[in-house]
Amino acid sequence: MRLLEVEGLSKSYRQTGGDSTLAVHEISFQVDRREFVSIVGPSGCGKSTLLMCIAGLIPPSSGTVRVKGVEINGPPQNLVLVFQEYNRSLFAWRSVLGNVLFGLEVRGKISREAEEKACHLIGLVGLEGFERHYPWELSGGMQQRVAIARALAYEPEVLLMDEPFGSVDALTRLELEDTLLRLWKDLRTTILFVTHDIEEAVYLSDRIYVLSRRPSRVLLRMDIHLDRPRNQLSTRSDPKFVELRNEIYRQISDEAIK
Amino acid sequence: MKLFGRINLAGLATFCIFLLLWEGFARASPLLQLYFPPVSRILLSLCQLIFSWELVGHIVATLGRFLRGYLLATLLAVTLGIVLGYFKLAYSLSESLIEFLRPMPSVAIIPVAILFLGIGDAMMVAVTVYACAWPILINTIAGVKNIDRTLINTARTFGLGRWKALRKIVLPAASPYIVTGLRVSLAIALILVTTSEMIVGVSGLGFFILDEERSLRTDNMYAGIFLVALLGYGLNRLFLVLEKRAMAWHRRMTAGEQI
Amino acid sequence: MKWRIESKLNGILVLVAVIPVWEFISRAELVNPLFFPPMSKILQSFFLLVLSGDLPYQILLSLKRAAAGYLLAALVFIPLGVVMGLYPWVYRLLEVVIEMARPIPPPAIVPVAMLFFGLGDEMKIFVIFFSCAWPILLNTYDGVRNIDRLLIYTARTFGLSRRRMITRVVVPAASPQIMTGLRVSLAIMLILVVISEMVGSTDGIGYFILDAQRRFKVDQMYAGMLSLAIVGYALNQLFFLSYHRLLAWHKGLIGVGPT
Repeated sequence: MRLLEVEGLSKSYRQTGGDSTLAVHEISFQVDRREFVSIVGPSGCGKSTLLMCIAGLIPPSSGTVRVKGVEINGPPQNLVLVFQEYNRSLFAWRSVLGNVLFGLEVRGKISREAEEKACHLIGLVGLEGFERHYPWELSGGMQQRVAIARALAYEPEVLLMDEPFGSVDALTRLELEDTLLRLWKDLRTTILFVTHDIEEAVYLSDRIYVLSRRPSRVLLRMDIHLDRPRNQLSTRSDPKFVELRNEIYRQISDEAIK
Repeated sequence: MKLFGRINLAGLATFCIFLLLWEGFARASPLLQLYFPPVSRILLSLCQLIFSWELVGHIVATLGRFLRGYLLATLLAVTLGIVLGYFKLAYSLSESLIEFLRPMPSVAIIPVAILFLGIGDAMMVAVTVYACAWPILINTIAGVKNIDRTLINTARTFGLGRWKALRKIVLPAASPYIVTGLRVSLAIALILVTTSEMIVGVSGLGFFILDEERSLRTDNMYAGIFLVALLGYGLNRLFLVLEKRAMAWHRRMTAGEQI
Repeated sequence: MKWRIESKLNGILVLVAVIPVWEFISRAELVNPLFFPPMSKILQSFFLLVLSGDLPYQILLSLKRAAAGYLLAALVFIPLGVVMGLYPWVYRLLEVVIEMARPIPPPAIVPVAMLFFGLGDEMKIFVIFFSCAWPILLNTYDGVRNIDRLLIYTARTFGLSRRRMITRVVVPAASPQIMTGLRVSLAIMLILVVISEMVGSTDGIGYFILDAQRRFKVDQMYAGMLSLAIVGYALNQLFFLSYHRLLAWHKGLIGVGPT
């Protein structure tokens, strides 16, 4: 039994004009325990919509999402979604510690132990010393770390991430990528990661699903057999990395030309 | 839930049910009729009063005082509010004065106004202006002061001078607050007009309502209340229409139906 | 911090300067001293009234009624506003009833309250409850309605039950706006307690001021107004203390005016 199974998922929206647009067209894929799977596609192809459906926040028009064999009906208990717009998702009225604690509180853990755990997570994302700060006092990258820490405090079985590094600068993004990999390894979670950045996807994942333009469907499934731990310098200059990246890019451009 | 045009059928239905219940209870118990005259009787009195022109004079009087007070207050308070919100020096000078005067309930001005202006329209309008000014002023100041830092920096980065920034960024950005203040003051204006009419008036809806209560003609009293509420409602609707036109951008920015 | 003290100082200097200016205007008979007694005389009356216990007693009476009505309104209308903001159908259902009741100027309710409750405390509490309802209700509703959709999604992705979502996310996120409603209502509360006492009462600070004017004890009238300003100011400060405590996080989010 797979951890996460998406089968034939489609989503269409009704426009204000009256016609409906198909955003996502019969997408199917699986994610197994402890995997790092990425979904790559051009901007606007419906990746976010797909993720929202998987997260149970919007109902799909057809198809199913199964977590541990059970079809979901609303946000599943063992999944959590990290949004791209961290500044709108974080709780402005809580400190960094407060936000991370939220993930624990929701699980019913309110104690000294919980606070310690939260501090530990804050340290893991590299924000030690900022526990008492408020989100608005932090930079974008730092805020996103808080959001990630908050999600991890929840101890989800699958962590869904919607272009989490899309709104931060390029250098911070590289840092965050490595932080995420470290967290993924240490905490042994499962991650489903959505991005438009091909190289990022190749760098991070075990497996990539490449989506077409809207209405998106799975163009390509690619297993990434690069060594771990990944390294920004050596992995990215590995010829295999370049090959993978080129193949994906080729597929996407070919599709765009059609 | 579909809304037919602009009419909220579900809401109207609820209201009608409420009225029917009132009518039912009133007719069922003659004892209650003094306190809760049947709606039908109230409506009858209402028609009689309007067609006998008796009430129309009162309505005109109240409306006149209201308009003069509200508009004058808006003009004064928004202008002053922008100045005070914008210029730190002006604000710091007046802050304590405002903080001292503002909490005093504006109605306490009524006896003073009577002293200086006697009992008449001038006094009522003056009191109304005084009372309305405060919410508009405070909200305008808050609106100007609470502008997101990012917007200010955006204005700066585009090299906007003070006056241009005021028109293009400050006013629109502060407008939600200002509109809130204007909306609050709408109610306050009517409050002050009716109050002064009750205390010193010989005309106006406020006077009428109190007078009818004293004579225990409760159906007339409720008719008067209904009318003054209708007046307020009409003014409010007008306000909302204008607000919707001007503030459509704000509505769309924010959440709503997704729970 | 330094400029805050400086600005406060500026303001207080201005405030203090009013006293000699007033004194001068009065003694120089620039305005009729019958209507405009010297500040010294007013302050004298003020202290006499305070020391004799007269003023404090009247004020306490008024505050007692006001507080009861205000708290009752908060307890009832904040939850209602939250529900209305979260469930648009509730709002639509109640919209017409609210829009019909809201424009009733609270003074218009006074005669009705007098009809039902006579001239006692309950009359005033009822009037205040009714008047404070709308700012509290509507601001709460607005605040909840305007919550960023993403916060709701966040709450849902963390599997919050509806109840938890309301207490943990909705209310904190809406709290700035709720506080605005409470602040506006505070002013209205004070206004209405004075109104209800001026129209239908034999005690309370509102009655005191009006009565002083009627008996041409003008210095007492001003003294009463001064005490009312002080009370209002004190209430406001108290409110701001709790505001700063609870909403410290909000201040950081928003800019603090250009210049």
